[in-house]
Amino acid sequence: MVTEHGGVMARVRFVQRDGTEKNVEIGSSISVMMAAVRNGVRGIDGECGGCLDCATCHVYVDEAQAGLVPPPTEDEIELLSNVTAPRRSNSRLSCQIKIPSSIDELIVFVPENQS
Amino acid sequence: MSGLVVIGASYAGIQSALSAREAGYADNITVVCDETWLPYQRPPLSKGFLLGTTGEDNLVLRDEAFFKNERIDLVLGHRAVGIDPRATQVVLDNDATLAFDKLVIATGSRARRISVPGAELDGVCYLRSVADAIDLKARLAQAAEVVIVGGGFIGLEVASSAAKSGKRVTVVESMTRLLERAVCPLVSEFLHATHRQSGAEVLMGETVIAIDGASGRVAGVTLASGTRLPADLVLVGIGGIANDDLARAAGITCTNGIVVDEHGRTGHQDIYAAGDCANHYSRFANGWVRLESVQNAQDQAKAAGLAIAGSHGPYDAVPRFWSDQYSVKLQIVGLSAGHDRTAVRGSADDGRFTVFFYRNGKLIAADSINRPGDQMAARRLIAAGLSPTPEQAEDPSFDLKSLVKAIETINV
Repeated sequence: MVTEHGGVMARVRFVQRDGTEKNVEIGSSISVMMAAVRNGVRGIDGECGGCLDCATCHVYVDEAQAGLVPPPTEDEIELLSNVTAPRRSNSRLSCQIKIPSSIDELIVFVPENQS
Repeated sequence: MSGLVVIGASYAGIQSALSAREAGYADNITVVCDETWLPYQRPPLSKGFLLGTTGEDNLVLRDEAFFKNERIDLVLGHRAVGIDPRATQVVLDNDATLAFDKLVIATGSRARRISVPGAELDGVCYLRSVADAIDLKARLAQAAEVVIVGGGFIGLEVASSAAKSGKRVTVVESMTRLLERAVCPLVSEFLHATHRQSGAEVLMGETVIAIDGASGRVAGVTLASGTRLPADLVLVGIGGIANDDLARAAGITCTNGIVVDEHGRTGHQDIYAAGDCANHYSRFANGWVRLESVQNAQDQAKAAGLAIAGSHGPYDAVPRFWSDQYSVKLQIVGLSAGHDRTAVRGSADDGRFTVFFYRNGKLIAADSINRPGDQMAARRLIAAGLSPTPEQAEDPSFDLKSLVKAIETINV
């Protein structure tokens, strides 16, 4: 499936702490954070719009998929160092994740709170 | 048809509607906005959008699917022209009325206009809305010499974008240093040096007394010192004014913005306000404060939305701000006014440092240049009321996180 802007469509499955899920279609040029905000996914704020300033879009990438998305930059690692929800090895800032063509559906878990 | 009516569809307006819905508000929600765009992101307007790295499509903050899913009616292209608190209705510019049970005023702020001869010339620009940004971007593409009036956030970010685009840029600031009300001298000096090194001229303590024109178009500016600067584009960034006119006309108490409590409630029990247009008491300011930031807009609007839905969650977030200029990441947490001591971690020479501000021994704020880790730690320390000693703050081998972890251990 191709969007009107030419980005290939993939899907993100956002899983909340209570187990409820929301599936969102996402073009390849849009970050997982932006997809969440545009679709009103609870618990992802994305205040700064993706310029690595606010750390309010923390998610846990499904462990089986964590290695399939490009690794975090140093700035992202620094911001993740002190997020409010527990930091785990699969913690990411979702503004930095665009879905690679190798993934049809990315599963992310929304933490209890944002910074 | 009544329910919740929200005036304004930017960060605060949309967040108040969403938070009310999330907290179980079941009645109609209508958001009315005088702009014709879907709600959009503002931070990129002065940066990525001007540079062309963020396209118009990527500015969209909330799309049609969002409003459908959340059952929020979005009325674009209509300005609210009156609020009648007794009749509990909002009057629009087409004479239509919207009845409300609850109302949120999220009308934001507008750019303060410069009042000197020549202010109305073609080529004198401001930057608030996406329409302003589209206009500015088109003009910037044609411009060679850009004068920025005001060394605040908007001025410096546009200066950075314009200089990166190869324009000849001069920033004119009337105070003695950049961002004087927002950051400490060390940060001001660092930013000043960064702009100079990146090719932008910065003139301090200078005031624009006239904008010169030829054939109705900007040709330059004249400064109080007598200096004349050629310019084919002038961007004015000299602060914002709360859009509280509607509230004032409705008899709602306003003092530098609409006065609200910790739930965003105005003096009228069914009318709320949030974001740039609202003035609230903040323990972090030690007084009343009107903030212009995305964080303030969203967090204050959350409190209002919760209260409207009959839930409880007062606004008590630590204020934070950020700015990206060239490759410099400036982040601010807390409000540093009234500090009596500072401690510096890192070094300006390395281009990575944080200034910690103390009042009576308590950490109240931190300005970081390219040290996001410090900023995150400071955010949590201030929120928790924890203070490293100034010596600890200055010692790069001291782990600021350890204090945060200590309190979490106690809480668990």
